[in-house]
Amino acid sequence: MTSKQTKAGKLGEQITGAEALIRGLEMENVDVMFGLPGGCILPAYDPLLKSSIRHILVRHEQGAGHMAEGYAHVTGRPGVAMVTSGPAATNMVTPLCDAFMDSIPMVAITGQVSTSAIGTDAFQECDTVGITRSITKHNELVMSAEDLPMAIRQAFHIATTGRPGPVLIDVPKDVLQNTMSWNWPTDDEVADSLPGYKPNTKGHTRMIKEAAQLILRSERPVLYVGGGVLRARAADALRALAELTQIPVVTTLMARGAFPDDHPLCLGMPGMHGTATAVTAMQKSDLLIALGARFDDRVTGKVNGFAPDAKIIHVDIDPAEQGKVRKPDVPIVGDCRLVIEEMVKAIQELLQGGTPQADLNPWRSRVSGWREQFPLTYEQSEPGGALKPQFCLEKLRDAAPEGTILVSGVGQHQMWSSQYWRFNEPYTWVNSGGLGTMGFSVPAAIGAKVGRPDKTVWAIDGDGCFQMTAQELVTASIEKIPVKIGILNNSYLGMVRQWQEMFYDERYSEVALSPDTPNFVKWAEAMGCVGIRVDDPSEVEAAIDKANSINDRPVVVDFRVDAREIVYPMIAPGTTNDAIMLPPSQSPRKEFLK
Amino acid sequence: MSGSNPYGSAPTHHMLSVLVQNRPGVLARVASLFARRGYNIFSLAVAPTEQAEYSRITIVVDVDSAPLEQIVKQLFKLIDVVRISELDPRKSVERELMVATIKASASERGEIVELVNIFEGRILSVGADAVIVSLDGSPEKLDDFTELLRQYGITESQRTGRVALPKLDTATKASKALNTQGKAN
Repeated sequence: MTSKQTKAGKLGEQITGAEALIRGLEMENVDVMFGLPGGCILPAYDPLLKSSIRHILVRHEQGAGHMAEGYAHVTGRPGVAMVTSGPAATNMVTPLCDAFMDSIPMVAITGQVSTSAIGTDAFQECDTVGITRSITKHNELVMSAEDLPMAIRQAFHIATTGRPGPVLIDVPKDVLQNTMSWNWPTDDEVADSLPGYKPNTKGHTRMIKEAAQLILRSERPVLYVGGGVLRARAADALRALAELTQIPVVTTLMARGAFPDDHPLCLGMPGMHGTATAVTAMQKSDLLIALGARFDDRVTGKVNGFAPDAKIIHVDIDPAEQGKVRKPDVPIVGDCRLVIEEMVKAIQELLQGGTPQADLNPWRSRVSGWREQFPLTYEQSEPGGALKPQFCLEKLRDAAPEGTILVSGVGQHQMWSSQYWRFNEPYTWVNSGGLGTMGFSVPAAIGAKVGRPDKTVWAIDGDGCFQMTAQELVTASIEKIPVKIGILNNSYLGMVRQWQEMFYDERYSEVALSPDTPNFVKWAEAMGCVGIRVDDPSEVEAAIDKANSINDRPVVVDFRVDAREIVYPMIAPGTTNDAIMLPPSQSPRKEFLK
Repeated sequence: MSGSNPYGSAPTHHMLSVLVQNRPGVLARVASLFARRGYNIFSLAVAPTEQAEYSRITIVVDVDSAPLEQIVKQLFKLIDVVRISELDPRKSVERELMVATIKASASERGEIVELVNIFEGRILSVGADAVIVSLDGSPEKLDDFTELLRQYGITESQRTGRVALPKLDTATKASKALNTQGKAN
């Protein structure tokens, strides 16, 4: 910035730290933030009154964090949450860790007790930077108002570049109250202030060529696509690579939507509850092209039995992911979009130069054989029988307007959502993958709707998850954020129940939730939402149509579903992916997976 | 720690010289990274460098717990970490300081003073039945000194952990500057 005037004010102008903080956020083009005021952060809430930034007042600080995440998921812009010190900061811990695990760009601002009180166990004091050190990409306690602009610039720079992640700025109350001389560091000054931070975005040319040769040579390749492809806005590049090479694609839980589910090359989700085709294609592969994926244990199963014959090309912007779980044959550090684009060029050059691609026809016919034999399936309910959760999802999917964003909590409903939805566009799927945070979906859906008000946002939640963060629907009602929540209510902690059924001899311990308490319809109504209860399959479509027609307030649909339903396929923990458990109707055909 | 030579270079020990921005909390960041990822720190020494804005942390890591490459990559993810070099102990100058309280009756004191002189150490404090000695030198020299003092009885001792720089004539080989991928440049 060369002019003497930033868009938010004159350089050198004497303002308070609080004013500098809000100005700084405006300078970073923050249009909305999620938060809840309290003692130490109070000074920052005064200049907010005259700011262009929309502030959404949450009912619990954890909600602010997940809303910021939901916003970031669907917009690609950093989500911003602001809360006070002590308990508010500790309530922010779960969303920070969630964003850290799933590489979500996020900036959290926490109040802190005055500098003179730090370390004295003052009222609402906690060691916020200490507590959040290992769950943020970076954090900083700002000890002088003069330093705030640089801290803000660094926070946004670090949160959004390289492997994205959450950054926390902890601001003592007196730093907000003190006067400072307004300044706004230039890009160069920011870079100079971070001599150790230089993310490598451009992949190594020789390694990309090597990868291209390996891709053309391999006979059973699979594109193993992770969330990094979405973070890098690389969906178009990925599609070009897949279509050029005709290599089948699996999209992990974090990458659903990065490649269209209705594309003939898409095999769906791999992993513990992935499709039999995706899981088996990886197991039998001779080359896994891992793009922004991190070989998570939920994908690999028992690591030493994972894709035993596969060579590995591993593209990731974070060098520490390479070799962390599985040693790559061709490691490429870089931004997925840039690297994939270069990879496409390198393959085209080789093809034009006369290098042939191995014949993939035998592989493709093997893969389509699996696909025919092992589609996702569940047993339809008998007439008058219990409502199936998968059926609800299919109906929701079929009635959803184009481009609907689906948000989920964590558990059985999350897996069914990922399995039964059709994700054909990137950034239409929001969930808590790495941390597995129950209660994520209601606030994340609110954040997503704030980020994309033009889109329909459905949250699929479990009754267990819903009871953790449902109070944010009050926020949604008051702030006029019309999200739609479908509770797949089986009155159980369903995934835990499933594990107890399968691995603890049906000894159900502390998993039953009360079927009639709370009354979800009344609860929804008490929070200003429309509440609808669905008990019978015949009522599903009408209820969904009604929910889709309401756009002036949130809607909660309480689907009373069959508690006995199990998520299939499943790979039991500690076993290899070859030991995939198929739904009962398919297990007699298991030998076809050879 | 094992055997009679706890400070000797075990084959799994590697010495990293980590240049960090001299900012509050940076040591805590490094330490908490090691704790969080289950890496073992064998010894650690930290102090500002000739440039006040940087500190150098010399860490001896026990890589039984994780491959060195992964440790280096994780360290580089800390925003405050600027540069990491792996030092080869054979091509580096290493120094460590120890102070120790030794039981010393009047009759033994002379022997201890002689030993301290041979090792070019110092007597820091003399009491009726004990002396406090100090010695700086290579970790191996400190080990030898400790062994010889043991017969008199070591009441307390403290070592600083090693600090090191590459030797001048072999500087390029002794210190492998590592890149963010944990590899030698």
